[in-house]
Amino acid sequence: MDPLSFPLLPSSTAEEDLRTQVRAFLREQLRERAPIERAQSWSGVDTAFSRRLGARGWIGMTWPKRYGGAERSALERYVVLEELLAAGAPVAAHWIADRQSGPALLRFGSEQQRARILPRIARGECYFCIGMSEPDVGSDLAAVRTRAVRHGSGYRINGTKLWTTNGHLAHYMILLARTGSESTERHAGLSQFVVDLATPGVSVRPIRIPSGEHHFNEVSFTDVDVPPESLLGTEGGGWQQVISELALERSGPERFLSSFTLFAELVRVCGARPSERTALAIGRLASHLVILRRMSRSVAGALQAGLDPSVQAVMVKDAGAVFEQEIPEIARSLSATDDAAASDAGYAAVLAYTTLHAPSFSLRGGTREILRGIIARGLGLR
Amino acid sequence: MNDAAADGAAGAGVDGVIKASAHRLLQRWGAAGDAGPAAARRGHDGDAGFDANAWAELQQAGFALAMLDEEHGGVGVINAFVIARLAGQHAVSLPLAESMAANRLLSAAGIELPGGPVSLAQVPARLERVPGGWRLLGTAARVPWGRCSGLVLAATDGARRYLAHLPVGQLSFKHGTNLAGEPRDDALIDHAVGAAQVAPMPVGLGEDPVLAIGAALRTAQIAGAAQAALALTVGYARERKQFGRAIGSFQAVQQLLAVMATQAAAARVAADLAAHAAVDGLDACRIGIAKARASEAAGAIAATAHQVHGAIGFTRDYALHPLTHRLWSWRDEFGADAQWAVAIGRRLAGAGGERLWQELAAL
Repeated sequence: MDPLSFPLLPSSTAEEDLRTQVRAFLREQLRERAPIERAQSWSGVDTAFSRRLGARGWIGMTWPKRYGGAERSALERYVVLEELLAAGAPVAAHWIADRQSGPALLRFGSEQQRARILPRIARGECYFCIGMSEPDVGSDLAAVRTRAVRHGSGYRINGTKLWTTNGHLAHYMILLARTGSESTERHAGLSQFVVDLATPGVSVRPIRIPSGEHHFNEVSFTDVDVPPESLLGTEGGGWQQVISELALERSGPERFLSSFTLFAELVRVCGARPSERTALAIGRLASHLVILRRMSRSVAGALQAGLDPSVQAVMVKDAGAVFEQEIPEIARSLSATDDAAASDAGYAAVLAYTTLHAPSFSLRGGTREILRGIIARGLGLR
Repeated sequence: MNDAAADGAAGAGVDGVIKASAHRLLQRWGAAGDAGPAAARRGHDGDAGFDANAWAELQQAGFALAMLDEEHGGVGVINAFVIARLAGQHAVSLPLAESMAANRLLSAAGIELPGGPVSLAQVPARLERVPGGWRLLGTAARVPWGRCSGLVLAATDGARRYLAHLPVGQLSFKHGTNLAGEPRDDALIDHAVGAAQVAPMPVGLGEDPVLAIGAALRTAQIAGAAQAALALTVGYARERKQFGRAIGSFQAVQQLLAVMATQAAAARVAADLAAHAAVDGLDACRIGIAKARASEAAGAIAATAHQVHGAIGFTRDYALHPLTHRLWSWRDEFGADAQWAVAIGRRLAGAGGERLWQELAAL
């Protein structure tokens, strides 16, 4: 695809009807949810909420019905995702399973893996984490050192994974490990595994961020024996699988709505007749959000249509992170000279929260500099 | 072009044949196309301000009527916006977008189309009833190709809104230019207008259709120029060698170009939004969003294009300035980003923080 091409069909009645239903559900479910909790966006964990969402058929929405899905369109799924995020719903428990691991199982998993796991994900009962980063492995993912050697009929895993979001809550990890020798090309010899985290030898240690919150973990594997059916896809095919997994999940609404609660709080505290300076900032942010959303929805539709919008997806993520990080800076600058904002405790709490978390927006799921290198490759520069 | 399939997937009837023929013609006459950077210098010298041969060929091909629907001789709004984008891509120095827009409004108002170039005034004028017809009063500032075009304006008599047309030659213009050397002329208006040249403003086109349609088309033109600037700059980065390798092989340059490409993509998406808003009653909320975003992108794109090009990008004979000077000009015309942003921001603030998502998701 031409990197500047973002075709978009107008939204359908089915999508708009669904939106009405989701909004009604969220109004009821999140009645008591304070702005500071909504500000957590897709980091908020609530397993009961995940199960209620699953009961409505809104997890694994696009999956085949025989796996617990609803066979709905990518753009219908998009409606649910963006409404959840805009409302600050606590989706973290099932988010990775729904967005990344489930699709990986659908794409590369065995029939047994799919039949056993996908319906439980779709019910909001089964949670996943991602085993990619390690102490010495961040952007350079091909340098993975965790080893999975053949042991009996299965594999024995040794190594350490780091920055594992919700590793302490997840039932399974999709782990990237080296199965081949390190000799030949870097990208060969990597494999993915669906690891049951209850397996003996797995140990999870929390990593706290400065606020004291616990999202990240270090997950160590000491002689963890996994059965052969835990291999995901093909042995040695791990790199290709991981690349496709990362590419497809780079462009959703979570890539530009992480600071949305702060944006909405800013509009609230500035009142119905803001200064011209404030109005300008709000309008400018709105123009960015509307265009980003359009780009993001286009990628979702293009994927469904079988096109290859990989450069577009990366553009959405990169521009989205810039936008998300600007919001706390702009909000701070405006509210510094606005008395109403200065005295609003709710707003202040959301501003503080978002400021502290903002650096992660351009790090997680692919750092800014790496993403821009991918775009440059898409332009034919490397 | 290789995004024809993708345009088709948009489902909105972008006709590949129209696009290909527009591309050919506009490339021939564009300052970023075959006409070369010299074509960008018209208007500086106090002359007619445009290439009459170029205009004749485009008019012959029906482009001035492109925004009318098919039964009236046009190709429809979506296709017309593709033409406007291509005109921007090739830096065509003609009142093409203005004429497309003006003819669309005249047709909707039931005023006879004048033939020849027609431009738009960005600010409404006053209408006074006089025996035998009307008197039109106001100031037309920085009218694109005002000196050689008819003029379409919004006007009000204090109670109702109207669309008015002043035929070419009626106004006495003081010549000026924008940063790209395109004619931008000023005139005082104090003229009798025949009844046939005034009509009630068509309903369903919003509060200021002339401003909205101009802003929408400028968004498309910005997107086209942005795409061309990106292509030119990436091409240059791949060809130009320093320290034994292409400058585009340095990460610092790659990072700049990646950001530039994303801005160009945003401009393109803004143009699509503007086109669909134009179909949908010239929805000023969407058009304002689109113009604001594209105008902001324009500055970032022009800056990076010049940075990567180095000195050569600053020369008169190289193809960059027709594009960047238009980006710098068009971002301020029919509402700069700041003006539209203030209007959007006021509306959203009035709706309140709790409604912010509903408002934005509806656009």
